Amino acid sequence: MATQTPTAAAGEPPTEEQERPVRPADGSQRRRRTGRRSTLLHRLDLHGAPYAFIVPFFVVFAAFSLYPLIYTAWISFHRAELASMDLMEWVAFDNYVALVKDERFWNALSNTFTIGVLSAVPQLLMALGLAHLLNYRLRGSTFFRVAALTPYATSVGAAALVFTMLFERDFGMINWMLSLVGVDNIDWEGNKWAAQIAISTIVIWRWTGYNALLYLAAMQAIPRDRYEAAAIDGASRWQQFLKVTIPGIRPTIVFTIVLSTIGSTQLFGEPLIFGQGPNGITGGADNQYQTLGLLLYEEGWKNYQMGRAATVAWAMFLLLILVFALQRLLKRRSSRSS
Amino acid sequence: MTTDTLQARRDVTPTTPGRRRRLRLPAAIGAGRQHHAGPATYVLLTVAAVLSLFPLYWTMVAASSDNTRVTQTPPPFLPGPHLFENLGKAWQDAALGKAMMNSLIVAGTIALSTVLFATLAGFAFAKLRFKGRNILLTLVIGTMLVPPQLAVVPLFMMMTDLGWGQKLPAVIFPTLVSAVGVFFMRQYLADALPDELVEAGRVDGAHSLRIFWSIVLPVARPAMAVLFMITFVHAWNDFFWPFIVLDMTNPTVPVALTQLSAGYVRDQSLIMAGALLGTLPLLAMFIVFGRQIVGGIMQGAVKG
Repeated sequence: MATQTPTAAAGEPPTEEQERPVRPADGSQRRRRTGRRSTLLHRLDLHGAPYAFIVPFFVVFAAFSLYPLIYTAWISFHRAELASMDLMEWVAFDNYVALVKDERFWNALSNTFTIGVLSAVPQLLMALGLAHLLNYRLRGSTFFRVAALTPYATSVGAAALVFTMLFERDFGMINWMLSLVGVDNIDWEGNKWAAQIAISTIVIWRWTGYNALLYLAAMQAIPRDRYEAAAIDGASRWQQFLKVTIPGIRPTIVFTIVLSTIGSTQLFGEPLIFGQGPNGITGGADNQYQTLGLLLYEEGWKNYQMGRAATVAWAMFLLLILVFALQRLLKRRSSRSS
Repeated sequence: MTTDTLQARRDVTPTTPGRRRRLRLPAAIGAGRQHHAGPATYVLLTVAAVLSLFPLYWTMVAASSDNTRVTQTPPPFLPGPHLFENLGKAWQDAALGKAMMNSLIVAGTIALSTVLFATLAGFAFAKLRFKGRNILLTLVIGTMLVPPQLAVVPLFMMMTDLGWGQKLPAVIFPTLVSAVGVFFMRQYLADALPDELVEAGRVDGAHSLRIFWSIVLPVARPAMAVLFMITFVHAWNDFFWPFIVLDMTNPTVPVALTQLSAGYVRDQSLIMAGALLGTLPLLAMFIVFGRQIVGGIMQGAVKG
């Protein structure tokens, strides 16, 4: 696809550029009158080049996202095993029926949801507070910003390994600190809620600073006179924060909520590594922290049931669509009522 | 939401003048915005910085200790003497040399191609007029909503058919472009590239690719650098798909790190040494270019 760009932009003779209604100029005529020819090339370039510039994106997306997406749906109606993928057997909705009846699916769904809430809500609230602090006039503001963003540079693998150790039951630092205030050792891996909190902590640690910077950028785009007006009206700083800052960065808040919702539905690496090995794929001995991402992997690459894995994938996507439809609906309702 | 954010962004553009053209953080960003920070602000920010950095610091402490020291109570807070010894062992046990090389190739290729294609498309969306521009841009942004999980099953089959199973192209090709990148470059060029400059090029008779090469690229360079680094970080850390399609004989760094957790290595300090090694290249990049990366992320943000 790299060749496409120069071709179209250099404006070689009309190789039928996309949609452009090329002026029906006779070839021989054009050869005689170079002036006219260059106008034609110019027009072709003007109208064709933009498409040539964006076409690589769409080609790669179509080949490696759109096509597989549709194919996933097709596979989900089949019984398909990893070793013999060319021998798929049509089973209509059997996989979906089995999925709905499968306790593990509802368990994974509920885990994905609770871990999602446990990680997204504190993360975004803390990011908001952090952004507010960073928005003051500061000495060393660059240091604080870079420090806040450093966890973002740590890979899931490394972050999860470190936190697995910090949350270790017998010698982990967190249990040691809790013991200082008289809390008994917590089994962060075995206990369902403890495990989900620990996994959420990894997510929170990695993404709070990133979100804070997004908020900070938005805060700095709020016109100053809005604060001045609020101050003249006697608004306290807290009121200014609520009435000026928050509405001012609303689109960014929506954006981060969308991002973290998407991120939550895909959660995979953190619980996998937190479970240390084979235990991770099932999300603990009792599936206590198995997410939909892990279930997909277990069905596909541990049980070799690709049809079922595809079904989980589509269930995830449908849920995501459902969540966004709901959110839109709520938004519309709330804007109508206000 | 996509149209909302776009709309919001468009509304705000005229009110923010050329200041954002530069990606370096202006020294006095938010200057006079309101209040100077009080001591409480500094205390809270210091706490936040400590929370951000402590796990990394502790990785280093653990990586420089031996297993007994790591697992003692209370845990150690100061580095021990075994750092290089452990780094060397972890390097061998987790086959990190190969993994590093692989990650470098993967992340480098993906970052380069993302920057190239994103700049091309971003320029088209920001400055060129064509039919269906807005719809196509919305489509680009809409693709962000498609979770990668949805594609992995057929992708895996596809890569096996192509003979790319366990090979790097399987990881590279699906991520050669990024919607975020396109959007980022569009936002940047819409502000930073004056229309007159493009027009002047046209008047001089330059064709689009020439304009791109001689006019757009020089203007876009700072944003391209930032996009390169951000994409590099993402590609380096990408986990789900590489974990599925690669195996331990030919892993990227995050995939190799799972081997450390999976019980092949029992020594806790070695696990931490591996984690540290896997993060070091990115940390080094952050220490040198942290400021620019911060600026870039803020630049690409959806502003109120």
